[in-house]
Amino acid sequence: MTAVTDSEASLRLRGARAEGGAEATAKMSAADLSAWFGDKQALRRITLPLIERKVTAIIGPSGCGKSTFIRCMNRMHEVVAGARTTGDVLLDGKSVYGADVDPVRVRRRVGMVFQKPNPFPTMSVRDNVLAGLRLSGIEPPDADALVEEVLVQAALWDEVKDALDRPGGALSGGQQQRLCIARCLALEPEVVLMDEPCSSLDPIATAKIEELIHDLRDRYTIVVVTHSMQQAARVSDYTAFFYVGELVEYDHADVIFTKPSDPRTEDYITGRFG
Amino acid sequence: MTQRALSTPPRLPPRSLRASVEGNGSSVDRAFGAVGAGAAGALGLVLVGVAASVARIAWPSIQATGLSFVTTSVWDPSRGTYGALAFVFGTLVTSFIALLLAVPVALGVAVFLTDLGPRRLQRPVSSLVELLAAIPSVVYGLWAALVLAPILRTTVQPALAAVGGPLFSGPNVGFGILCASLVLAIMLLPTIASVSRDVLRAVPADLREGALALGATPWDALRLVVFPHARRGIFGAVLLGFGRAIGETMAVAAVVGSRADISPSLFAPGYTMSSVIANEFPAASSELHVAALAEVGLLLFVVTVAFNVAARVLVARSREGSPRASQAGAGSGGAA
Repeated sequence: MTAVTDSEASLRLRGARAEGGAEATAKMSAADLSAWFGDKQALRRITLPLIERKVTAIIGPSGCGKSTFIRCMNRMHEVVAGARTTGDVLLDGKSVYGADVDPVRVRRRVGMVFQKPNPFPTMSVRDNVLAGLRLSGIEPPDADALVEEVLVQAALWDEVKDALDRPGGALSGGQQQRLCIARCLALEPEVVLMDEPCSSLDPIATAKIEELIHDLRDRYTIVVVTHSMQQAARVSDYTAFFYVGELVEYDHADVIFTKPSDPRTEDYITGRFG
Repeated sequence: MTQRALSTPPRLPPRSLRASVEGNGSSVDRAFGAVGAGAAGALGLVLVGVAASVARIAWPSIQATGLSFVTTSVWDPSRGTYGALAFVFGTLVTSFIALLLAVPVALGVAVFLTDLGPRRLQRPVSSLVELLAAIPSVVYGLWAALVLAPILRTTVQPALAAVGGPLFSGPNVGFGILCASLVLAIMLLPTIASVSRDVLRAVPADLREGALALGATPWDALRLVVFPHARRGIFGAVLLGFGRAIGETMAVAAVVGSRADISPSLFAPGYTMSSVIANEFPAASSELHVAALAEVGLLLFVVTVAFNVAARVLVARSREGSPRASQAGAGSGGAA
């Protein structure tokens, strides 16, 4: 993919090397990113790479800016009244906040799965999968094959193949969330942002989503916000610990969970607060 | 379903606590319930009572004219001939044209206020809409008679007449169906706009965000996600506007032309159910004339109530009864 530029070099992981010896590349990166809701600052000068085709987990207590951070990645933060950002976010080395950049195009490349499953209730399962394309004015030539392909990818095909015409809202919570993931994958995004994708799901559904994240990491750059440290440890290659809007520590997941360098990280992962 | 079977059953609070939460056995609750039921019952009584007493006054006319009251259009109190079809026609035509003109603009305003407009303009425009709705209708009528009708006569109607066709032909006096329809449209605008705005606001934010996150433009999100979700409520808003148009009296009476006529031309003077009552009732001489006007009132009452009930049911359903993703969250798991 894109070669790492000089400006990104500083964002590169300390000694991070993907397996096989190739150097890890930042697909996206936040550079000195701050975010506000009105007067309230939610993020403080975050600089963080999101390594290509890896899973980055963002952990931290509630209200520490995790969700705000990923919403800045695909410019969803600015949808909220009074929200603004400073600093920059790079996608393949190019700013997504440039004056000539259309947020709509950014969001097609950087997909998002929300905390609460939000399939479109007025659309069938099938139409939900195709919704992203139709919203972009694209009617796929072989829609049936595409629907099957992404539902298989989202590990939902076997459960819904006979119910494609049922409303999306009629599925169970876990199925709805996988439908939302399928809806996102149908646009062939390069990055998938997941905002606490399992927080409203039961343990079985959670296990399925985690398995899915595992399967998707070969094709997508994935960011998972979670307040479950176990989940972060299970699914992520890299982990970032946020605390009151600041990035406290970022490293390989096994480093964060075995020998964190910041005492606040240690306190959090050992359950002393949060 | 398998997920549900395997997950732990939901925990219920201890029995004693549940009893106190669910029980409504206290005497205060019972008394409160009785007061509420009484108030609700009184409201129903008023509705039925008004309908019944209007029907009683109208009875001589109902007996004398029978079905011809709603199938003929000759209305001549001096000869005792009462056919109300022209009033029904005038009411429906002016209301329909008013909706045709008002709905697109009102929906545009609603969308501006919820999704597309700049945020700092949304609050002032919102207040402006409420303010427009608060202007008494007789003021609109005065304005229409003194300002709107002359403009129609000198500018608009000659231009339309140049287009031609049966709709735009006939005498050009300014007062008539078109003028009444226009003033009605202006009066409906705030009603339809504010109810539609509320309906659009009630569409869950996570659906809008879901669409935007898929790379939808704000307009696409509206078209493909928000409007389908809100369509029943918007239809209810339109019906509510229609109900208001049907019942509107003073503004229409001022400009409709007051002639019991059924003409295809929009320039022609007409009459509506409400304006004939307002105009003729003070001077009604015979008992039959009064009864006939009461029967027009009864007709109007029935139509208005029917539209309002239909509108309210639709709006309420779109707010509460629509399928929502949230309901199928964690524990419920229900693919029912």
